[in-house]
Amino acid sequence: MAIEVRIPTILRSYTGGAKVVEGSGDTLGGLLDDLDARHNGLKGRLVTAEGGLHRFVNVYVNDEDIRFLGGLDAKLSDGDSITILPAVAGGALGFVAAAAIAGQRAAARTGR
Amino acid sequence: MGTDTSVCPTGHGRVVRVLTIDSAIIDAIVAHARRDHPDEACGVVAGPIGRDLPARHIRMENAARSMTFYEFDSMEHLRVWREMDDNDEEPVVIYHSHTATEAYPSRTDVSFAGEPGAHYLLVSTREPDSEEIRSFRIVDGVVTEEEVNIVDATVDA
Repeated sequence: MAIEVRIPTILRSYTGGAKVVEGSGDTLGGLLDDLDARHNGLKGRLVTAEGGLHRFVNVYVNDEDIRFLGGLDAKLSDGDSITILPAVAGGALGFVAAAAIAGQRAAARTGR
Repeated sequence: MGTDTSVCPTGHGRVVRVLTIDSAIIDAIVAHARRDHPDEACGVVAGPIGRDLPARHIRMENAARSMTFYEFDSMEHLRVWREMDDNDEEPVVIYHSHTATEAYPSRTDVSFAGEPGAHYLLVSTREPDSEEIRSFRIVDGVVTEEEVNIVDATVDA
């Protein structure tokens, strides 16, 4: 048994072009470590230097946004399906201000 | 007309530097942008994989509800992307409006652009009685403007 992970176009350079890969792990963090061992660099695109999930990457377990399930600590089970989508965002505002607004929104959503 | 055909250096296949899109879809996008003005509006035009044909217009919620920022709602994003997968479609166009500035990708737009295969269409609604509509490829932080070729009746809109 394994966990299926759907890889977005922009990250397929890490998976040899594969749209779907398999991995294992008890938590999202564990799964990303496992994937990174075979797809070197993938984790760095999803996790910040501080060890949190990147704000502008959406990760879903089955039909749930992982932010509501505990982020990298979210528990996974064999047979789960993970979908990774880069957030679609932008706008006229300068980058720093946009990131600050987005950061506040993320904090509000996760209750942290 | 500049239909410059060249091979994209990043390996995303053949890139034709023109967006051909039906006038009915452009009208619907402009109407969406006008409706949400002064907030930014955003959405997608899906089309069959590999055809570079924007066929199905999908208005997306701007979860940021902001005059200067847009972001797809994460759950709507998942639902719409799954729907496209099920229909063998891809996001051919990703659009949003700038409501007080020109229709050119901001640094924010470039940093967040995560769909290298999509045409990024921008509509400026800063003038009350005319719209500026421009389209770009954004790949690895590099912005390339392309021609917008508006045609009639390529799809049943």
